[in-house]
Amino acid sequence: MESRNTNILRFLDWPTVIIYVIMVVAGVFSIYAASYDFDQASILSFSEFSGKQIRWIGLAFALAVMLLLFDARIYENYAVPIYILIVIILIVTIFVAPDIKGSRSWLVIGSMSIQPAEFGKFATALALAKLFSSYNFKLNAAAKNYAEAIGIILLPIALILAQRETGSALAYLSLFFVLYREGMSGLVLLAAFCAVLFFVVTVKFTTAMFLGMAAGEAFVLIMIMFIMVSMVAVYCKRIVEARNLLLAYVGVLLLLYILQLSGISVPGMPVLLTAIGGGCVYLLLLSLRTKAKKYLITIGAAVLSVVFLFFVNFAFTKVLQPHQQQRIRVTLGIEDDLLGAGYNVNQSKIAIGSGGITGKGFLNGTQSKLKYVPEQHTDFIYCTIGEEEGFIGSSLVLLLFLALILRVIHIAERQPSVFGRVYGYCVASYFIFHLAINIGMVIGLCPVIGIPLPFFSYGGSSLWSFTILLFILLRIDAARRDHPSYG
Amino acid sequence: MIGGFIIIIAVIYLVRLFSLQVADDKYKDYADSNAFLRKAIYPSRGIIYDRNGEVVVYNQPAYDIMMIPREIHDFDTIDFCETIGLSREQFDKRMRDVRDKHLNPGYSSYSPQTFMTHLNSEDYGRLQEKMYRFPGFYIQKRILREYQRPVAANVLGNIREVSNADIQRDPYYKRGDYTGDLGVEKSYEEYLRGVKGEEILIRDARGRIKGHYEDGAMDKRAVSGRNLKLSLDIKLQEYAESLMVNKIGAIVAIEPSTGEVLAMVTAPSYDPSLLVGRKRGENYAKLNQDPYKPLLDRSIMGAYPPGSTFKPSQGLILLQEGIINLSTPYPCYHGYINGRLKVGCHPHGSPIPLKPALQTSCNAFFCWGFKNMIDRRSKYGTPAKAFEVWKNYLVELGYGYRLGLDVPGEIRGFIPNAKFYDKVYGENRWSANTIISVSIGQGEVLATPLQIANLCSTIANRGWYITPHVVKEIQDTVLPAKSLERHNPSIDRVHFEAVAEGMRMAVTGGTCRIANLPDIEVCGKTGTAQNPHGRDHSVFMGFAPYHDPKIAICVFVENAGFGATFGVPIGSLVMEKYLTGQIAENRKYLEQRMLESNTIIYSGVKKH
Repeated sequence: MESRNTNILRFLDWPTVIIYVIMVVAGVFSIYAASYDFDQASILSFSEFSGKQIRWIGLAFALAVMLLLFDARIYENYAVPIYILIVIILIVTIFVAPDIKGSRSWLVIGSMSIQPAEFGKFATALALAKLFSSYNFKLNAAAKNYAEAIGIILLPIALILAQRETGSALAYLSLFFVLYREGMSGLVLLAAFCAVLFFVVTVKFTTAMFLGMAAGEAFVLIMIMFIMVSMVAVYCKRIVEARNLLLAYVGVLLLLYILQLSGISVPGMPVLLTAIGGGCVYLLLLSLRTKAKKYLITIGAAVLSVVFLFFVNFAFTKVLQPHQQQRIRVTLGIEDDLLGAGYNVNQSKIAIGSGGITGKGFLNGTQSKLKYVPEQHTDFIYCTIGEEEGFIGSSLVLLLFLALILRVIHIAERQPSVFGRVYGYCVASYFIFHLAINIGMVIGLCPVIGIPLPFFSYGGSSLWSFTILLFILLRIDAARRDHPSYG
Repeated sequence: MIGGFIIIIAVIYLVRLFSLQVADDKYKDYADSNAFLRKAIYPSRGIIYDRNGEVVVYNQPAYDIMMIPREIHDFDTIDFCETIGLSREQFDKRMRDVRDKHLNPGYSSYSPQTFMTHLNSEDYGRLQEKMYRFPGFYIQKRILREYQRPVAANVLGNIREVSNADIQRDPYYKRGDYTGDLGVEKSYEEYLRGVKGEEILIRDARGRIKGHYEDGAMDKRAVSGRNLKLSLDIKLQEYAESLMVNKIGAIVAIEPSTGEVLAMVTAPSYDPSLLVGRKRGENYAKLNQDPYKPLLDRSIMGAYPPGSTFKPSQGLILLQEGIINLSTPYPCYHGYINGRLKVGCHPHGSPIPLKPALQTSCNAFFCWGFKNMIDRRSKYGTPAKAFEVWKNYLVELGYGYRLGLDVPGEIRGFIPNAKFYDKVYGENRWSANTIISVSIGQGEVLATPLQIANLCSTIANRGWYITPHVVKEIQDTVLPAKSLERHNPSIDRVHFEAVAEGMRMAVTGGTCRIANLPDIEVCGKTGTAQNPHGRDHSVFMGFAPYHDPKIAICVFVENAGFGATFGVPIGSLVMEKYLTGQIAENRKYLEQRMLESNTIIYSGVKKH
């Protein structure tokens, strides 16, 4: 048997490494373009962001090599101590970090500042993987198991929220994907997704009217209807019943819409509620006849959704003060706050949209060069790519990320150990979250949450964090053949 | 499943990217407009003429130093400062102020910023020669106002740089634009300012100018502002102002048949050119702190007790209401004596009817008349109802509300209503005697010199007036209808004839004898307004000629004593000057006395 250290190069997953290098290099060019000034010296100049990023990258490469040189089992064996160490650092950070733009998340060491929240990512992933790999651990076996898993995720979130770094904290929520992979019911993810969606929609359309009620409420009620239909179709696997329900709902909505158009004002709220209630009764009858529990769950979901809607409405309009409502709207990117977050999104849409198919060419973006988009080299780096490299460039970057994520999932799935698999999914989840939120906000589909685009955004902490995440996985993957269960 | 999720998201994002970048062109336009450099071309502001076509306000070029901060490279700061007369500290402070986003919210290092305004032509010449040495700076030509004569500041107003509030109110304005402040410069701003033009230049990603967008096809030419022709006779204005030197007060002269204001003087006043150029802020602060308040236009913002000039209006009301006829006599035994109440009067025959009462300015007559009206319960029911009738006539005659002069800042004056007295004395707890002083223009009644002149103009017209206005014509436009509105108080013409005759008698043989010009039949009414601020105000209102009135006037001289000592001489001199173009030899002494006299010493204002 060959020694592990020579095996490393042979068993390393080279496609991932290649994608990684391409992205990091493309990142330097994007940062150079984003922070480019016509009187600026060179891409390599250390006084510029791109030059500094090259220094970060050099260190990141060294880090990657070092991580590959460790024995793979170290990560599993030291998962808990690493997690505890990072938690302690996170706690210390709350107290010693200077206040930078209202957040206390940066540790300043000499001329360098690093963000411990970024390094919490791999530690949490290791701890979660370690938990799942303990002997005979089944997530669904006991409530205690859920409590432990969720506790591991929520602890760093709480500490990072205490540092007022909401964006980074939210990234940890993506680990719930992993719980789903390891047996948590998909309904929980659906419910969480719906809760967020309902909240945003209700809050966003409080003033506009639709079907004789506040548009937000109307949209949510209609969404509830279609969730019911799709749950009957997909979850209960009853196509005919789903069709009946769909036809009934569409009929009611059309009738209401036509009445509205012809000037007859019908209070829409009771009509839609009655329709949903009718749907529930229909499903109840079906469940009595077929004894299928899934109908009852569907009914429960619909009722809970409606209750949630009213709760949100009440809490938002009656409990919260107007200025608090305003703050939530602005935070969610709902209010057109053209001097704040709304301005960024508007300008970044202009930058991306003006790129056309082929883009304006490297260093020729007017939006970027005339400094219309703030945070251009960090969170909004993707709009420089969109402007200068056009649809071709920006979709290439998107596809590159897609390839990386799918590759990571593929690696995770081929792990013989639970530890490796869970860890791999953690890595994939982080990438998914960062990609979806960052690009989503730049193209105006998501609220503005300040998180970086991995490997592209300027900054050492983010680059190192994702490098560590990725290369620990590669190290574990390279050693998969040593695992006892590898066949 | 998780893989499927990310694939769905990627597809959604790809579709979105496609719709933003390929399917939709508008973002390209937006980006282009970000890359445009829009440079304003300033139109020349409308010129202001007086009624005889003499230029009153015209434009002079001025030069602003602009800079584009990104394009500034190393330059000889000392040389720059010396050329434009700045100290190094001032230069540094100015640079800081420009970059301060609080002071200058529109700051961008890529767009033109105003470094310094109002360079005089001498400094401009010197700077222009060296301009090539100061990259990033350039000179923008501007327009400043120049005044032919140092008069009529209150009517003309001036121009100033727009404030943030102006920009928010009217999107036409951009930082660094000018707007009218006070006077017709403000009220006719929209005509005077013209329409700014625009050059659209293109910048590349380096911020360099690449020339005109579409070869200038989208550029807009500036449209010059419209010229104004004032109703003011600027020479008359100047003459009237000279008579008011060293006095506090106001003169308003109106052409009765048109409502055109011939002169509108406030004293003390100031040279309008003080508020032009770089010293504007400093001078404005000085004027603002001056204890004599030169910025207060007393002709429309001074609320004075009208004193005896109120009596003609009283005569009109009493006649119209049938309280008196032309032969109704009231007694005057050195005043109005009713129970324990006494309002003094000066010696003259008694009893007398209306016209001699106007001639001699008898207080008792108007007190009796007022009492007979307010306390006539058989006709009105209660004093309150009678008083409301009385008040409504005065409102019809232009008192108590703004007349609507086309100069901003006019105040209402004050005519109390019955409710006011109900509040002071209690409902039904007051009668004519309680408020008797309003019948002779004292007490609560307050009016502006403009309102008094307008009343005089109404009497001159024998029963109507046109809203007074100072702008006669706007180039290529008709005057707003509001300026030419005719008002017809519900008082019969015959009563106006009677009052006019009374006023004529006051000049021929009464209180205004000094105004009795040899060739012109002048009508007038003096007033000696008691006031809480010291010596009585000297007031005169009058019009001439009697049968074909060309000018109606009101003169107010604060703390100058009897109406006959200052009000009448000044009023008659202005009328004489306007009607004959000169002052008769035998009246030169009067003119001399008015020009030289000083009543400001009685004002009680101490100049610090």
